[in-house]
Formats: sequence, structure tokens, C-alpha cells
Amino acid sequence: MIEVKNLTFAYEKEKPVLHDISFTVKDGERIGLIGANGAGKSTLMKVMLGLLDGEGSVIVEGIPVTQKTLAETRKKLGFVLQNSDNQMFMPKVYDDMAFGLLNYGMNKEETEKKIDEVLSSMHIEYLKDRYNHRISGGEKRMAAIATVLAMEPSALLMDEPTSALDPKNRRMIIQIINDLKQTCIITSHDLDMIMDTCSRVILIDEGRIIKDGPAVEILRDRKLLEAHGMELPLSLSRL
Amino acid sequence: MNRAQQALYEMKQTDELAMMDSPVHRFSALSKLMVTVIYIVTVMSFSKYDFGGVFMMALYPYLVFQLSGLSFKLCMYRMRYVIPLVAFVGIFNPFIDRTVMFQARFLSVTGGMISFVTLMIKGILCLCAAFLLSGTAPVDEICGALRRLHVPSVFVTVFLLAYRYMSVLMEEVAVMSDAYHLRAPRQKGIAFETWGSFLGQLLLRSMDRAQELYAAMQLRGYDGEFRQTGNTKDRSVSFVWFVVWTAVFLILRFVPVASLIGNLFVRQL
Ligand SMILES: Nc1ncnc2c1ncn2[C@@H]1O[C@H](COP(=O)(O)OP(=O)(O)OP(=O)(O)O)[C@@H](O)[C@H]1O
Ligand SMILES: [Mg+2]
Repeated sequence: MIEVKNLTFAYEKEKPVLHDISFTVKDGERIGLIGANGAGKSTLMKVMLGLLDGEGSVIVEGIPVTQKTLAETRKKLGFVLQNSDNQMFMPKVYDDMAFGLLNYGMNKEETEKKIDEVLSSMHIEYLKDRYNHRISGGEKRMAAIATVLAMEPSALLMDEPTSALDPKNRRMIIQIINDLKQTCIITSHDLDMIMDTCSRVILIDEGRIIKDGPAVEILRDRKLLEAHGMELPLSLSRL
Repeated sequence: MNRAQQALYEMKQTDELAMMDSPVHRFSALSKLMVTVIYIVTVMSFSKYDFGGVFMMALYPYLVFQLSGLSFKLCMYRMRYVIPLVAFVGIFNPFIDRTVMFQARFLSVTGGMISFVTLMIKGILCLCAAFLLSGTAPVDEICGALRRLHVPSVFVTVFLLAYRYMSVLMEEVAVMSDAYHLRAPRQKGIAFETWGSFLGQLLLRSMDRAQELYAAMQLRGYDGEFRQTGNTKDRSVSFVWFVVWTAVFLILRFVPVASLIGNLFVRQL
């Protein structure tokens, strides 16, 4: 369970980017975090991970996220960054995937086994020994997701997991998310993807929660979405 | 490719070289690091007139180039900007130190000339040794070796981040200069008036990215320690590598091998 209570955050004083955000995520729940560009979605995720210090509290499985508990809480939360270039910092995809596992004390044989398992479940075995600077943007995104999945976090935060992916890989990611047992919080402008993966949606605008409710309800509400700079998912707008 | 992309390419190429496989690559980073440090110290400790002694030290880079499959040409190409600097440091020696050491036909060879050439060779040898280290051991393994030598983890982390930051910085330069030139197609460089904003922007952008990159490391449990991923290195062979080279360096340093070989030839003539 993840509890976010009265979270407020500002990059510059006097200009808060997040205002008094509160919500609770139950185990195994799929939440779509939606909002126009600059609404504060990425910022919210970073505060939840303790990468940015905000006011208010975030509690992950009973442990409050503070400077002291970072090692514990970060092991529980996996984060897929919006920019995969910043996520992958080792020369090869394999090294990147092994980095986190070895840091958390897994031995070499187990690490290798785990990596093969995750890569083959995502059908990207061919990326294993490739250099990060020689793979395409979409391949890098797939690899970045693989590095996070390999660590088996109890909850995943994904910032735009399907941007830069071609339709086939986009479908693959949707499939993977749907097969996961973990809690997922996903931001995306791809509302169709949110619709296919999430049961609950939180709509934010200018750092405030505008609406929090069942995905089917919010994603069908043309007026609400348009009032906050978004459009109906394509699959619904055709109807 | 613009120049920033070229630099970036060269850096990434070093990473790739370090991932190759050869007998030298298989030794542990610790032994290679120690051998390199001892080599550089030995080379630097020769007297500035001991041309022959320094010359014999080329044995190490020569053999390692052979064994590792790294290309000497590539190494020289990488050093194209540094060598002139080394030359600059010693360029005044021939003018200052004019004591004639010996007469070669019409040319009186002065102490300054010898010390200039010796300095150049020392510089090139040390650069070669550094290139060979970076081309045979990935930066993470070098960092791991530094930790095993009990270098404080703060320094090692700073070193590693600086290394990663360099490539982030170059990536940003490459992207920004492409963006600039697409909108200023007839300009060669970047107009002087925009330097300030270009550099400021560059600094901010690369700092943001570096911060996020560090966050990505932290999120995956980075705590200043290194857990090597490479194939298990054979410790005893690595240790032998270290011992053998240390012995060779000591011999080359304290036994005047060059003149012994010279005498051998003279006697045969
Ligand atoms: N490093 C920063 N310093 C100052 N302000 C920032 C910084 N990063 C983001 N902001 C501001 O915070 C607000 C929220 O940004 P955030 O990146 O969280 O938006 P987002 O919802 O993720 O948008 P997008 O859909 O474009 O990814 C924006 O108004 C942005 O201008
Ligand atoms: Mg964002």
C-alpha cells in the first residue's frame, strides 16, 4: 500500500508545482496519472521516490519515505524515467540490468539467470549484449523497463512508458503491465494505453488533483478532459 | 558528425575497447591499475638526460599493445591534442641548457636537446600507459579497484560521476550545436554573441541530466561500492602479471640495460 498525504512541493519558493496532493494506492492496483504537459506528473513521481523533498508524507508499505529510509523504500519502488537516456548509464544493457541486482546483494549466477528471464519475457534477448549508445530510442526504452522489472519491486512508477515505442512494442508493454502482479502507477498522454491497463485514474492539473475515480468514468468524460487540456482516448472518440 | 559528436564517439569507443576480450583484458583491473601507476612513477623517475633508460621502458606499452590487440595508431590519434602540450612544456630546454654533451658529426648535441626528447618520450609513454589501462579495463572496474586500494568512496564516486558527466555534457553539446546549426546553416562556429547563453544553457541542461542520472543510480541501490559484473578474473594470473612487470620495471630502472646492450654491439663490431 502506498499512502500520499498532503503533499506539497515547489521548485521555486512561492510557486508550488504540487498542491496538497493526497491519495492511497491499494496493493496490486493500477493507477493512471493523467494531465496536460506541465501538470506536475513527473514531479509527483519524483517526490514519491524521495528524489525531491516535499512537504507532507509518502508512506510505502508502512515505511515513510525520508532520507533515512531511502534504501528500503527505493527497493520497493521501481521507477521508469521519462528519459531513458538518463536511466541507462552503463556501457551495455546487460551491465545496466545487473547494476541494481548486484547492489542489492544478488550473486552473479542468480543475476545472470534473472536477466535472461526478464529479457526473454519481453522478447528482447537480442539487446542483452548491445551497447546502450548503439540502440534506438525505443529499444532503450524497452531495456530501461527491463532493468526495473529485473529488480522485482513491489510497486512500479512508470513515467510515459510507451512514448517512443512503435505499435508492436507499445502493445508488448501493455501486455507486460497487465501480466504484472505489482502495484503500478503510470503517467501517460496515451489515454488508450491507460484505458487498457488501469482501473483507476487520477487527473491532475496545475498540481492539484481534479478528479480521482474509475478509469471508465473519467476517460469517457469529454467535458472534463477537454477542460483540463486533454482529449478523449482515440478508441472512444470514434464512437 | 560535429566535433562534439566526434568526442562523444571517442569516449564511447573507449568503453567498447575496454569490453573486448584478450589476455590483458582478462587480468583484474586492480593489477592493471597498479602496474600502470608503478609504470608511470618509474618512467617519471628517470633522470632528464637518461634517454636510453626511458627508451627501454617502451617495452611495456609495446608488449601490451601486442597482447591486447589495441591499436597504437588509435592511441596516437587520441593523443593528438595532448602531445603538443607535452612538447610545449619542454620546448625551451634546448635554448636554456646549451652544455654540449657530445658531437655527432657537425651537430653538437646539447643537454637541452636530450632532455627535450627524453621529456617527450616520457610524456608519450605515460599517455600510452593510461590509454592501455582505459582500453583494457572498464571504468567501473577501475573504480572498484580504487575502492579495494581503500581510496575513499567519495573520491571514487566523484571520479565515476565526472566520467559519466563528461559524456552527458558532450551529448548535450552535440544536440545543442546541431539544433543551433540547423537554424544558422551558413555559420561555421557558434556566433560570439551567443556564447554566454549557449554555455549557460549547456551547464543547466547537463546538470539537470546528470542529476537525474545520479538519481537513476541511487534508485538502483548505488551506495559507493562496486560489484563487478565482468567475467570472474583469474586472481593468481593477475597477481603474476603485477609481480612480473614490477620486477621488469625495477630492473629497467636500476640496471643500465640500454648501455649494456650498446656495449654488446660495440664489442661485436
Ligand atoms: N527542475 C525544475 N525547476 C523548476 N521548475 C520545474 C522543473 N521541472 C519542472 N518544473 C515545472 O514544474 C511543472 C510540472 O512539471 P512536470 O515535469 O512534473 O510536468 P509533467 O506533468 O510531467 O509534464 P509532461 O507531460 O510534459 O511530462 C511545470 O510547470 C514545469 O515548468
Ligand atoms: Mg513528465
